[in-house]
Amino acid sequence: MILLSITENIHNWLFSVMPAGVASIVEMVLIAIVYLTVFAVAGLFLVLLERRVAAWFQLRIGPNRVGFQGLLQTMADAIKLLTKELTGTDRADKFLYNLAPYFVIISALMALAVIPFSKDFHAFDINIGLFFLIAISSIGVIGILLGGWSSNNKFAIIGAMRSGVQTISYELSVGLSLLTMVVITGTLQLSEIIEIQKSGWLIVQGHIPAIIAFMVFMISGTAETNRAPFDMVEAESELGAGFHTEYSGMKFAYFFLAEFINMFIIAAIAATVFFGGWLSPFGITESIPELGVFWFLIKTMVLVFLMMWFRWTFPRLRVDQLLTLEWKYLLPINLVNIVLMAVLVWLNLTIRW
Amino acid sequence: MSYFSDIYKGIKTLLTGMSVTGKYFITSKKGAITQQYPDNRDTLKMFDRFRGEVIMPHNEENEHRCTGCQKCEIACPNGTIEIIWDRGIDEETGKKKKKIDQFVYHLSMCTMCGLCIDVCPTDAIEWGQNFENSVYDRTALTRVLNKPDSKLMKGVED
Ligand code: SF4
Ligand code: SF4
Repeated sequence: MILLSITENIHNWLFSVMPAGVASIVEMVLIAIVYLTVFAVAGLFLVLLERRVAAWFQLRIGPNRVGFQGLLQTMADAIKLLTKELTGTDRADKFLYNLAPYFVIISALMALAVIPFSKDFHAFDINIGLFFLIAISSIGVIGILLGGWSSNNKFAIIGAMRSGVQTISYELSVGLSLLTMVVITGTLQLSEIIEIQKSGWLIVQGHIPAIIAFMVFMISGTAETNRAPFDMVEAESELGAGFHTEYSGMKFAYFFLAEFINMFIIAAIAATVFFGGWLSPFGITESIPELGVFWFLIKTMVLVFLMMWFRWTFPRLRVDQLLTLEWKYLLPINLVNIVLMAVLVWLNLTIRW
Repeated sequence: MSYFSDIYKGIKTLLTGMSVTGKYFITSKKGAITQQYPDNRDTLKMFDRFRGEVIMPHNEENEHRCTGCQKCEIACPNGTIEIIWDRGIDEETGKKKKKIDQFVYHLSMCTMCGLCIDVCPTDAIEWGQNFENSVYDRTALTRVLNKPDSKLMKGVED
């Protein structure tokens, strides 16, 4: 509420001191700056979390020197990366080479705009929210392809091509598994999807097909973000660093940050669509809407942890295994699942209270 | 129907893997196999098996146990040890006798294999417990292990 009244006050003040058109532009810029800072910092902490969690999975201790329990480690890393030289290759396509990291990071940040953090903390509530998310999350791969192709390096281009194969395949499963849920909700607008979950989270409402859809979504979502076990794009042991082999300094940091923001986005979508977003479990804190952000972040972090668990458990897939998994297993399951869900909704077999 | 049993088997094995790493995750607080960097210099007790560098201990009278037999130099697989020796007059017998002038040890080439220490007949060299071996200039990695004006300890050769 306090936050809301602050934004309200800023909004009123802006509109009182300047004409409406200018004021709304200024407002958008302000919101963009807030999002940028919040998520640059949040991305850094996700990197730290990943490193600590990875360490625990491997019975190590992990970075714990800089700041309390290593909290400032990734900040220090980012500052170090800022001061590093930006290298490049001979006969690289300079324009595309420089453009690629921005493509990746901007598409990651754009997706954040439509994610509802709480009832009021929702920058851009369009009626095709879910569709927008699916569309924007596949734009990032253009940046990867550009980066791989323009850096004039064979490892980079192999990595980029693998990324293309992977994203085209798994995009389908991400979309279809989300569509399965849209069959229940009947709307693509994220705020309404959450509204509907006031009578039970969708994973409960849709029971069996929803659980299948959730599993498919987590698998293909992990593949979408190019994380292990689907990290053939970067495959350190085969390709150096894959598509960003030739990047250094801040441009490398953009790729790195984008990967973690994408992971956050996938987890956030799953939390919103399957686990009721900012709704509290069983409505226990319904009277205090400020806790929405808290619940949302808890759910997202649990799912992020799940993805980290995948990463530090499973070995990397081969390209043919990757394609087999998608085209022979996930896709048919998904299609059957949609029909199942449709039948369920038609016969009114969903669980609601 | 191997299609569905494949899916079942796949999920089952994945969950088995996840339960193993999950157990590690929970127990990692107690069972971490890595060590913190030793900040506790005062109470620090290094491990018997720790191999930091090769050192040559001297006693209070600046005496060491190295006879200059050069067995370690021969045993070393990568030429880390160079023994520069000399002939001196033995005080008791008055005869000429071999003694070391400089025991040169190139830390930068040592793989800590321990063959030199195993082979030494008089236990003149042993493992040092220093774990901060990095220096700013590589010439500092070439060390003379016997201290200046040091002598052979009495009775070692008997
Ligand atoms: S250190 Fe041991 S093996 Fe090497 S020369 Fe001296 S006595 Fe011989
Ligand atoms: S430890 Fe091995 S490598 Fe090092 S000096 Fe001795 S024999 Fe040579």
